[in-house]
Amino acid sequence: MSSNIGSYEERIGNFDWPQARKAMGFEDGAPLNIGAICTDRIVAQGLGNKRALIWESSTGEVRTYTFNDLKRYSNAFAQLLRGLGIQPGERVCIFMDRIPELYIGFLGILKAGGVVMPLFSAFGDDSLHMRMDDGQAAAILTTKKLVKRVRKIKDRMPFLRHIIVVDARDEDLRDGEMAFDMATAPAPEEFDVFPAHLETPSVLHYTSGTTGKPKGALHVHSSIFSQSLTSQWVLDLQPDDVYWCTVDPGWVTGTSYGIIGPWSLGITQVVLDAGIIIDRWYKLIQDHKVTMWYSAPTAIRMLMREGVGTVRKYDMSSLRHLCSVGEPLNPEAVVWSKEAFGKPFHDTYWQTETGSIMIANYPGMPVRPGSMGKPFPGITAEVLDPRTYEPLGPTGRIGLIAFRPGWPSMFRIYWKNEGAYRSKFRDGWYLPGDRARIDTDGYFWFVGRDDDVINTAGHLVSPFEVESALLEHEAVAESGAIGKPDPVNMEVVKAFVALKPGYVATPELELKIMNFVRKKLSPLAMPQEIEFVKSLPKTRSGKILRRVLRCQETGEPVGDLSTLEED
Amino acid sequence: MADELVKIITDYVIDEYLEEDDDIEVKPDTPLISSGIVDSFSMVSLKRFLEKKYKISIPDDKATPQAFDTVNKIVALVREYTR
Repeated sequence: MSSNIGSYEERIGNFDWPQARKAMGFEDGAPLNIGAICTDRIVAQGLGNKRALIWESSTGEVRTYTFNDLKRYSNAFAQLLRGLGIQPGERVCIFMDRIPELYIGFLGILKAGGVVMPLFSAFGDDSLHMRMDDGQAAAILTTKKLVKRVRKIKDRMPFLRHIIVVDARDEDLRDGEMAFDMATAPAPEEFDVFPAHLETPSVLHYTSGTTGKPKGALHVHSSIFSQSLTSQWVLDLQPDDVYWCTVDPGWVTGTSYGIIGPWSLGITQVVLDAGIIIDRWYKLIQDHKVTMWYSAPTAIRMLMREGVGTVRKYDMSSLRHLCSVGEPLNPEAVVWSKEAFGKPFHDTYWQTETGSIMIANYPGMPVRPGSMGKPFPGITAEVLDPRTYEPLGPTGRIGLIAFRPGWPSMFRIYWKNEGAYRSKFRDGWYLPGDRARIDTDGYFWFVGRDDDVINTAGHLVSPFEVESALLEHEAVAESGAIGKPDPVNMEVVKAFVALKPGYVATPELELKIMNFVRKKLSPLAMPQEIEFVKSLPKTRSGKILRRVLRCQETGEPVGDLSTLEED
Repeated sequence: MADELVKIITDYVIDEYLEEDDDIEVKPDTPLISSGIVDSFSMVSLKRFLEKKYKISIPDDKATPQAFDTVNKIVALVREYTR
């Protein structure tokens, strides 16, 4: 089977976004709404009876939804929200495990003109509140299980007008909450979809930075051009594919490539609402004959640890193409996947702010194990000298990854934080905050983050948030958090803690503090290790020197501290 | 000892990973990881709890989601390393 992209070099040579948009069937100036493109448009193409979603629960229950179902149920969500008075542009949160209502509700919010705010279902009270407060969410779609967390912070959110529980009966609910069952709710055959345009806000995804609160990266409806085209040319999605994106829609991959990209193309996708149990994963691929698999290096390394023997117990012959996202894919994983599945995982590089894949290994192009690949057609990517911001080009020298703004899925602003947005640009380049080098053949090679943000299992964790949460524990006087190298998760959170007088460092206290952070923020942000110290290295103004902590941890030389001490 | 282990581990899971008014019943063979009651990151604090409580060291390559998926499996793991 030939790949969608064909010749990468030819695509690079004659690409431009307006033409690509027309080729995808979109006319200039016409309204476009992601929710309708992924449902109504596919049905209008005669694919209404095609399977859109094969959903499997943790207990093994399987439910199948066609594109007709997607259209009808998303209309039901949209009608509900409009009836409740949700205005175009208002933020509506989705806070659920990976159940069908998450995926379909996402489309319904967009059809109604709302801006979707996806929230990871493992978020603790503080993480949830920080994001909902910043986004001033008007409504939240959640479940009977997770509404309990919303109740804990509800009194601090006077802006939140509607709490909609998608799997509850009225008697399960409290004042101010409403039950909604998409399967039985009234749904118009045709919904009057909000006429969004290219620059109409669509999704507000929060991402962690080095300092301060999480930042909301605002995307717009025209992001679908990038998401759809990369789904074709990088993920190589083709009409008969059965596609599985293992990433939760609480994160950008789970929305860009777990909802928008595949469904804009009328692709059948599988969702497993269960934790990573390796046999279960392989069985899912076997049972549903998954052909295209988009996963994360942490998961792939967990599969590697289990060995090829487990793979051999299952029929993996349906797999046609494999891709990876979230953190650099180590060369060993590429080599291993060739042995285990007969084909390599293709690494892809992008982030919340870019909205779609920016650099990738393409089908048909030789994979250089460990490389990020080459820029997507229509993307101008460079590596800049960190001091002069001059392009370094394919010299092999390490610098800052940079993109020329202008691709459709680029975030438009950090919500209510223009200063942080502006700080991401330099000399007309967008700087995602990572370092890399380009080899003489134009392949990009990831080197590391350019800041203190921790990348654990492909998710960014703010050291500031972890440190702040630690300081709220009664025993903690000072705290510092860094990413500690980890063979499976790339990095895990490690905390350094100085205790208040009267407290003694014990294993029990360490565990208590770990669980304290987990409940406040999320399991990802929980320090997997806490080192108790007498004091932390700081500047004269009291700022924690995380770089020193990192050097101490890895054994690298700390260097001259005299200037750092001055801030 | 097995019954006591089951109770201690079950109580810890309920106390630490469930909400106060959750109506989920955790039995010895209830899936924990695959059902999402405990996620793979939170598993680390559960492992740490077991190691501290029973003064054992569970190698990272044995602390897999499969090995932690039910209380019964965790009990077997603890017994293996307390021998």
